[in-house]
Amino acid sequence: MNTVYTNTYDAPEFNMKEILRYAGVRESRGELEALLSSCIKEIKGRLTYKVCYSEFPISFCGELLDLGFIRTESRGLKKNLEGCESVVLFAATVGIEIDRLIARNASLSPAKALFFQAIGAERIESLCDTFNRDIADRKALEGYAARPRFSAGYGDFKLEAQKEIFAALDCPRRIGLSLNESLLMSPSKSVTAIIGFAKTKKTDNTGENNEDN
Amino acid sequence: MKITEYIKERILYLDGGMGTLLQARGLAAGELPERWNITRPEEIKRIHLAYYNAGSNVVNTNTFGANILKFSDEDLEKIVSSAVSIAKEAREESAGEQPKWIALDIGPTGRMLKPYGDLDFEDAVEVFAKTVRLGEKYGADFIFIETMNDSYETKAALLAAKENCGLPVFVSNAYGEDGKLMTGASPAAMTAMLEGMGADAIGVNCSLGPKALGAVVEEYLTYASVPVILKPNAGLPRAKDGRTVYDVLPEEFAEEVSELIKKGVRAAGGCCGTTPEYISALVKASSGIESAPLVKKNIASVSSYTHAVVFGDSPILIGERINPTGKKRFKQALKENDIDYILKEGISQQEKGVHILDVNVGLPEIDEVKMLKAAVCELQAIIDLPLQIDTSDPLAMEAALRRYNGKAMINSVNGKKESMDTVFPLAKKYGGLVVALTLDESGIPKRAEDRLKIAENILAEAGKYGIDKKDIIFDPLAMTVSADKEAARETLRAVSLITSRLGCHTSLGVSNVSFGLPERDIVNGTFFTMALENGLSAAIMNPYSLEMMKAYHTYRALAGLDDNCADYIGFASSVPQSTAQPQAQNSTPPVSVNDDFSSPLQRAIVKGLKEQAAQLTAEMLAETPPLRVVGEEIIPALDIVGVGFENKKLYLPQLLMSAEAAKSAFEVIKSNMSGEKATDKCRFILATVKGDIHDIGKNIVKLLLENYGFAVTDLGRDVPPEEIAAETVRLHAPLVGLSALMTTTVPAMEETIKLIRAEAPWCKIVVGGAVLTQEYADAIGADKYAKDAMETVRYAESIL
Repeated sequence: MNTVYTNTYDAPEFNMKEILRYAGVRESRGELEALLSSCIKEIKGRLTYKVCYSEFPISFCGELLDLGFIRTESRGLKKNLEGCESVVLFAATVGIEIDRLIARNASLSPAKALFFQAIGAERIESLCDTFNRDIADRKALEGYAARPRFSAGYGDFKLEAQKEIFAALDCPRRIGLSLNESLLMSPSKSVTAIIGFAKTKKTDNTGENNEDN
Repeated sequence: MKITEYIKERILYLDGGMGTLLQARGLAAGELPERWNITRPEEIKRIHLAYYNAGSNVVNTNTFGANILKFSDEDLEKIVSSAVSIAKEAREESAGEQPKWIALDIGPTGRMLKPYGDLDFEDAVEVFAKTVRLGEKYGADFIFIETMNDSYETKAALLAAKENCGLPVFVSNAYGEDGKLMTGASPAAMTAMLEGMGADAIGVNCSLGPKALGAVVEEYLTYASVPVILKPNAGLPRAKDGRTVYDVLPEEFAEEVSELIKKGVRAAGGCCGTTPEYISALVKASSGIESAPLVKKNIASVSSYTHAVVFGDSPILIGERINPTGKKRFKQALKENDIDYILKEGISQQEKGVHILDVNVGLPEIDEVKMLKAAVCELQAIIDLPLQIDTSDPLAMEAALRRYNGKAMINSVNGKKESMDTVFPLAKKYGGLVVALTLDESGIPKRAEDRLKIAENILAEAGKYGIDKKDIIFDPLAMTVSADKEAARETLRAVSLITSRLGCHTSLGVSNVSFGLPERDIVNGTFFTMALENGLSAAIMNPYSLEMMKAYHTYRALAGLDDNCADYIGFASSVPQSTAQPQAQNSTPPVSVNDDFSSPLQRAIVKGLKEQAAQLTAEMLAETPPLRVVGEEIIPALDIVGVGFENKKLYLPQLLMSAEAAKSAFEVIKSNMSGEKATDKCRFILATVKGDIHDIGKNIVKLLLENYGFAVTDLGRDVPPEEIAAETVRLHAPLVGLSALMTTTVPAMEETIKLIRAEAPWCKIVVGGAVLTQEYADAIGADKYAKDAMETVRYAESIL
């Protein structure tokens, strides 16, 4: 069985433009930014930035793609991983406090709840980006290049794969992340994804994923 | 010898890692280790045997994940029975001469409990209960609950163990680098809750190496009266030549754990990455060490899911506002099942600085058991203050204590036999700090000495249940000074007597003293100061009373409890604001819409100025009838914003800010109209369907519908189809709104629609949520797909 590692990161820098975009604001307006910055102030120190991950060698056998922790026929994933030797499977979460803040404001101030929702979405994305860069840089030293990250529920890679992902990473124990019966994650601002690594020069370490909000 | 006796005198050596050893023996990724009890029992036995031979007094059975969420009943029984018998064989075969026990290992379910996950608290209790019953049946010596990283799940497991077997129970939690559980609890909070519920030993395992866990362990040693457990990892894992190795080696591990044994740890072993080699090193390094003696700590505390509140020198404020007595608007909220109203009372008291919230929802015409349980669950979902469960109904008290995520304050018991017979068993079972009123069958004694006597009787009776005096706090009853000039003095003497003679803490419902007098707050504030000077530990009080807050802050500063008077200075700077009109702090957002309004109130709503909108409404109501304010001011303002949003001139957050401002205006109107009922357009039911726990969209719809005059019954999230259909029928609701976020929960939506169609054929159904489209909505048979909240409002208006 593969080693599962756990990393805790410092808070990535806030991307205000992204937060506003998640809140449905296309062009910035001063009055909204005032409310947003009060939300950001409230959130300081309450989030955790945790990632657990493990590396798996992969093999292609006909229609099947064997990732070590799961076998899948997903074409989208196969295409993404073409030419790769291994994948890094990771799960990331910013913790339960953001869910509490959203719930606390749900009836008190839906405008704030909406912003906390947007902040959470931006935070988990930024955390994934941070981890992605971190692992890609490390693998680059070994001569590997990263593919865009790919999540369960993406294209024809079934959301049910979350079950195998959770079993392989032991997410509840490592980072306090759990999977509900309906395949939702708790805390809600969490992501799981696969990053393929191939021995090529081509790098692309930004990517998309299934953000669960 | 019983393990609970042994651990009082000696160091109890536990075992080390199991998972890491199984992986080394070929356990595959994702394979359930508990299966090996059946398929490879010899491997498991070798591991247990190696630990006994290394000097462990205890091995934990290979049952970390053995529960009915992962195995069928039949498989579970086989797995647990063979797990225990394998351990028994190892015990027989080991030549080690130390006393040996077998612990039934219980790990977390891997699922998050409601409200942030989908596992119900009682279901979690039942999951653990099944494993516990099997463990006792097959002969485990005690229960070892471990690696729990959520306080609520820990409570469910401990409760299950206590209710389903007679064995001792050890409880160990997994802390992060920040010294807290994943869901936020501190060691002091866990100590308060677990000791209160009767755990036999408590402590820490997994996550980090021994050194990194040092601070957490020391916090346990500070607060715990029961033995403290330590089972750390061998540091952090890294890969070396394709294998996993850990960065703390056996000798270093043994030394670091021994240091903590010296400080008082009583049960020591290892977790991930540790092997029999680590345990032998530990036994060797720590043999001959005198552990600090087990001392009973006389610390009175309560806890929430994040922190403990300790009663000591600094006075504790208990907010009294969640209580319908004498409050029309609150009573109305209770009758309408308006939990939001209660939550708001909680949040604003927290913002005023109280440490604990009293929760009283007793009203003759409501189901108090249901309401108190719901109020506790909802409050603890969003407010991290400990709660004081305030009820005279024992059923409601038990329901609330059972669901409470922490150690609650219990309000109250008194010197009457009947009261003690009812309350003490509950306090013993669920833990709690009990408020004891110094009255008995013959009433409230006039003299302080006689109240002291009742206090002594109460302590003696509590002792019979095994309830320690640290878990009783006395309320010697503030009596009305206008009716008896000696009243206040006797109460103050009683505070002083109970504090000095019994060494117990005291609490008072301060405001009773001023009953019948003018300007009561002035009297209350001074009485509070006098009581504090006589040793009072806590007050049940109104945090909106400036005089009370003045007394609190000045007392702390003058009594040397406020470093640099920092808290006082902070309070003083807020004083003018709290006396003057509502502050304009939140009034940030002028909205970019034409500045062409017929009135200041309209402008405040359009611009999203909450406080201003409330204030202007209040002023307006002095001259204008409420319904005219609604029809001529609020609704037109909402229409301006609604149209702006529909034309994409305004963004969603702006729409919401206006809606909030309108709501605060409505709130003023509502309290002004108490009695005469506003005519609601119709009853609209909202719910997020079963399996889905995202509800921000639904809440936005609710807010807007209410603004437009619809009565809304919000059933919440993760609501079963049966409940939605039943409520629709009960209220004969013409409209139901359903939301879902994930594709996986759309089937639940379809099922709900079918059921409503069958049972409430008159009802129109509107659906929405991130995953839905017009096509989806058609496919599952909804009447309407609404792409946003405004569209839902327009639809609702169209079918009236």
